Amino acid sequence: MSERIREKLAILADAAKYDISCSSSGSTRKNDNKGLGDTGNGICHTYTEDGRCVSLLKILLTNFCIYDCAYCVTRKSNDIRRAAFTVQEVVDLTINFYRRNYIEGLFLSSGIFKNADYTMERLVSVAKKLRTEHKFNGYIHLKSIPGASDELMHEAGLYADRLSVNIELPTEAGLKLLAPDKDRKDMISPMTYLNNEILAKAEEKKVLRHAPLFAPAGQSTQMIIGATGESDKEIMYTAHRFYKAFNLKRVYYSGYVPVSQDRRLPGMGSAVPALRENRLYQTDWLMRFYGFHVEELLNDQDPHLDLEIDPKLSWAIRNLHHFPVDINTADLRLVLRVPGIGMQSAQKIVAARKFQKLNWENLRSIGVAINRAKYFIICKRSEYVHRDLTGTRIRQYILAESQSKFLKSSYTQLNLF
Amino acid sequence: MIILLYDHTWPGMLSAIFEAFDRKLTNCMIRRARAHMPSAFDQDIEVTTNTMKAARVITGLKKKLSADGFHQFYACFLSELHGIEDTLFAYTRLIFSSKDRVEQAFANAAVLRVSQVAKSVHREKHRMEAFVRFRLASDSLFFAEVEPDFNVLPLILNHFEKRYADQRWLIYDMKRNYGIYYDLEKVTEVTLQRTVGVKETAGIFHEEEPLYESLWNDYFKHVNIRERKNTKLHLQHVPRRYWKHLTEKNKL
Ligand code: SF4
Repeated sequence: MSERIREKLAILADAAKYDISCSSSGSTRKNDNKGLGDTGNGICHTYTEDGRCVSLLKILLTNFCIYDCAYCVTRKSNDIRRAAFTVQEVVDLTINFYRRNYIEGLFLSSGIFKNADYTMERLVSVAKKLRTEHKFNGYIHLKSIPGASDELMHEAGLYADRLSVNIELPTEAGLKLLAPDKDRKDMISPMTYLNNEILAKAEEKKVLRHAPLFAPAGQSTQMIIGATGESDKEIMYTAHRFYKAFNLKRVYYSGYVPVSQDRRLPGMGSAVPALRENRLYQTDWLMRFYGFHVEELLNDQDPHLDLEIDPKLSWAIRNLHHFPVDINTADLRLVLRVPGIGMQSAQKIVAARKFQKLNWENLRSIGVAINRAKYFIICKRSEYVHRDLTGTRIRQYILAESQSKFLKSSYTQLNLF
Repeated sequence: MIILLYDHTWPGMLSAIFEAFDRKLTNCMIRRARAHMPSAFDQDIEVTTNTMKAARVITGLKKKLSADGFHQFYACFLSELHGIEDTLFAYTRLIFSSKDRVEQAFANAAVLRVSQVAKSVHREKHRMEAFVRFRLASDSLFFAEVEPDFNVLPLILNHFEKRYADQRWLIYDMKRNYGIYYDLEKVTEVTLQRTVGVKETAGIFHEEEPLYESLWNDYFKHVNIRERKNTKLHLQHVPRRYWKHLTEKNKL
């Protein structure tokens, strides 16, 4: 018995790991029934050897699948071991892992067996059992199976904190090429239904404080990067559209890991585009929290992100006319646009300058990366010495100063996202 | 130099700060009595812990600090860093001598230091919330051993009480030899006899414990994507000193 369950876990965790999302934050479920668990900011309980956060028990219910998507290990034509959990087995694993403080909750996805509704129904019944029979208040993320009925999506929303449909590839053309049986429309329709439902429930909540929770952590999606030939611009414009149209909480960018010898795809053994993936996340971050519009960062002139320098620095160099920014007077909005100044430093600067004018030492101790910021700011004791430098020059200086360090540290920033 | 010695407790340190104000000392140090080495050049004064005086300092601080700011002050104390009391004393003097809120005057050395140390302590708090690994004993107690860098049990108590409301648990700080125990009603501080050790006290493991530990280790191995291996990043997130008590790291 225990050997069998270990084998299933090995197979079904293996198959689920390509879904990059592991977020367990943003929900508001509290433990007010003296049950088990609660949700909050989300905790990474450990990190894999590839440095990714492990927060949820992320598994497939089964890796039997009737589809044959080229980029997916689970595809029908792939010769791999198959397995399926029972509903009860998933419930037991979740509860027992949770009680030992291994995880924040469950992220349950599945290959599609029989049809969409049949699969979705089983996912929902796991969540329902956890909530109703075990008074489980931890985090539950369910995959919405494309094509599942509105009724099932509704039930899913009642028990899950987050729901997601992966749009898989940034463009419809890419999807046609690699997953010919799949239709963008089937993905859009549950997203649309859930978005309307979530908005309606939020309205209801304003009037009725005790209205039941409905997917309180919202929806997210994921797309695979580097499997087909899209530009960074196409990728980020798609992300932007989805954020807007469906109020998504997150879009995940998953660098393609070769899983198949297929003429349509990068060959086995090709490197995972990790740095590109990181640049996309940084762009996503700038878009959502730093007040940048996607068109400022990517456009017809610059359809690709610079791999050598981060997108904020790259933008600043292309837009030197916005600088220098006076650190002691400029709006937070502008301070945030300075390369080398992150969210926290920007807030500290704006708070601290109320007490005294800030100088370079102050900025350094607050945590500003002076070696980058110095080209773009002025403060108390110093004149702007870099007035006559061209963008290309600044780029060279910064790269030279932080050459080896830079590539490495930009990679470690992955954890930020 | 005058050195005020206190009994290493929170009210004790606050009493020392009170004392320093009372005696109008400006050039003094505050140290834990237990760790203190007397020197011929210093004058040591033992401060008696006085909860009334401590409470007065707290009230004063709370008036001048935001809730967050006060919490940072407390977190700094829990860091147990050598000399942190002097920073807190300097900070307190600044707080009481200014009309306005000073907690964001980051250009001041004490203010900046407090915010930085508090940040490290909070990082450790979050690490403990993440890295506690409960093991189920046959008497259905979930227990965990930890060795945090800073004294963070007082900071994680709430989190665990809220989350694990329907199971008995014990989190034991092996370094500082005390723990927090939840009995389904409330959390209390406990100290175990050193000779017994936590494991023995809790009795033998529940029969399912080894299975779930193996399942967790299996899971940890299988979520890894080999093509993306990045040991440096891994170590940055899970520094080696924590491995001893992490189920998934000490059995590999
Ligand atoms: S439907 Fe999903 S699980 Fe099945 S092959 Fe396609 S991506 Fe993989």
